[in-house]
Amino acid sequence: MELFTNQILAGISTGAIYACMALALVMIYQAIDHLNFAQGEMAMFSTFISWQLMQWGVPYWVAFVITLAFSFIAGIAIERILFKPLAKAPILTNVAGFIALYSIINSCAGLIWDFTIKQYPTPFGSSPFLGSQLISTHQAGMIGITLLMLLGLFYFFRYTRIGLAMRAAASVPESARLVGINTSWMIALGWGMAAAIGSVAGMMIAPVVFLEPNMMLGVLIYGFAAAVLGGLTSPFGAVIGGFLVGTFENLVGTYIPGVGNELKLPIALALIITVLVVKPAGLFGRPIVKRV
Amino acid sequence: MSAAEEIVAEGQAVEAVPKRAMTLGTGTSLVLLAVLLLVPLLVKNFIIFQMTMLLIYGIAVLALNILTGGSGQFSLGQSAFYAIGAYTSAILMEHFDVNYALTLPIAGILCFAVGFLFGQPALRLSGVYLALATFALATAMPQLLKLGFFEKWTGGVQGLVVTKPEAPEAVQSMLTWFQLKMSQDMWLYYFTLVVTVAIYISSVNLLRSRSGRAFMAIRDNEIAASAMGVDVALYKTLAFGVSAGITGVAGGLGAIAVQFVAPDSYTITLAIALFLGMVVGGVGWLPGSIVGSAFIIFVPNLAESISKGLSGAVFGVLLFLVIFLVPHGARQVAMVSQQLIAKLKQR
Repeated sequence: MELFTNQILAGISTGAIYACMALALVMIYQAIDHLNFAQGEMAMFSTFISWQLMQWGVPYWVAFVITLAFSFIAGIAIERILFKPLAKAPILTNVAGFIALYSIINSCAGLIWDFTIKQYPTPFGSSPFLGSQLISTHQAGMIGITLLMLLGLFYFFRYTRIGLAMRAAASVPESARLVGINTSWMIALGWGMAAAIGSVAGMMIAPVVFLEPNMMLGVLIYGFAAAVLGGLTSPFGAVIGGFLVGTFENLVGTYIPGVGNELKLPIALALIITVLVVKPAGLFGRPIVKRV
Repeated sequence: MSAAEEIVAEGQAVEAVPKRAMTLGTGTSLVLLAVLLLVPLLVKNFIIFQMTMLLIYGIAVLALNILTGGSGQFSLGQSAFYAIGAYTSAILMEHFDVNYALTLPIAGILCFAVGFLFGQPALRLSGVYLALATFALATAMPQLLKLGFFEKWTGGVQGLVVTKPEAPEAVQSMLTWFQLKMSQDMWLYYFTLVVTVAIYISSVNLLRSRSGRAFMAIRDNEIAASAMGVDVALYKTLAFGVSAGITGVAGGLGAIAVQFVAPDSYTITLAIALFLGMVVGGVGWLPGSIVGSAFIIFVPNLAESISKGLSGAVFGVLLFLVIFLVPHGARQVAMVSQQLIAKLKQR
């Protein structure tokens, strides 16, 4: 029994990583109705920016804020320059665009900071949290930050005018335009926010998986799994999905023999496909109704 | 915008390509074939090898094109089927001493079955969700191949070495009459060419057949297609199966040509490359597959020669250029040049 609770705790702390990433993915999905395959790379690039700032002697939290602002602006810029012209294009073209972006960012990061693995500092320290060996203060801090972001997003979408406008623009663009919402800029704002959330995720994940240009691939797949499990339309669901996926991964690794680290990605694959087949809207998402 | 218009605009995942615009005219095809037949006689072995790879990737891109351009479904997971085909050929040749030519249909049939089965859950997914599920499949594949469980057959991380086939005795003795010699590379090239032409012709015929029309009906409007009596579930999985099967044959040929299979040659990078090849070649335009395949074979080299560290970036930028300037890929270039030629003739 102790093993079980320990594994759950460990699962929740890895789950926080996936929850962070899933939150960013859901954010962009809400805004543009597409899954951004380059989201992980954008987060990775932001994390490198903050690392570079810290190398230059900027204190952690200052670097954190600068990175957040940079990612927000960069997200908006990417949307304005590259993806706004593609808004009317078929989905296929958009997917190709995401892949191109992925390859550009990955290669640039590799060129600027090269592919060696780097240590990344944590603001929370890495001593055991409340005397537990399984969960460090960093992981506790990460869970805290994730929940804080979720709360912030909830407040933003629920109680601010601009949040309401974004929701309107995403769900019924035609009517939103009629009541005077600039839907095009709402999409850009969605990109900016997704990039900013992604950068937080990157900065939280980097101390755990270490900083390098390819650090996000595995996390991105698990983030997808989490977002799909929780429902792509629900930020709350994404976070819960992240924790569930983390716990699931740990429990399967402990209790099913022969499933080690080498089966990490196939598990995520199986999970994604099962959810998509059994309950395509996810646990907390709203089902998409098509009109004939 | 009326409700009807809205649905059409939403349902479109891939642009509708009319059936006639999918192929080349007979004359152009024959000229192209003649070029493909004659060039190897004049160039070095390494270039022949590259041309073989060009054809092999061409087949793989063509397979994706049938799936996406034909039935409107995405796949970022073609590398998984390519890997299964490659491993099937390699294992049959090395462990069971099956003739290399016979391994290809087996690889094709096996991949058809796997693709058909994968198509079942994929049925319920569309657009981006399907891209996502297949993306996960492609990332998971190398890890599955490395599993200790299969290691006896697959060779685990080490992979398998495949022997390169010689030209058959009959062909060799016939050539000695003319005092010619055929290298292994050249034989493999012509063998691949025959397979490619066969696959190309059958694909064209498939798309012109009843099944092909059903694919296109589903691509253009799924709801309308089912209302017209098209069995959407069957044809969607069938498209997946056919595409996977052809990719499997390409994978088998690839294993024979490269003489080596290993899990890490079939990562998501390969799947992405095939996808890009399709976009560059023009979605739904079958001859474009060879252009797309040339793009994915030669452009990375070109990009590396421009800047070593930035090859990924150069690749991405080129892709953006294609998306923005020629969104229909090579098809658009071909159409425009055709019109220009027609104009020049009139003068």
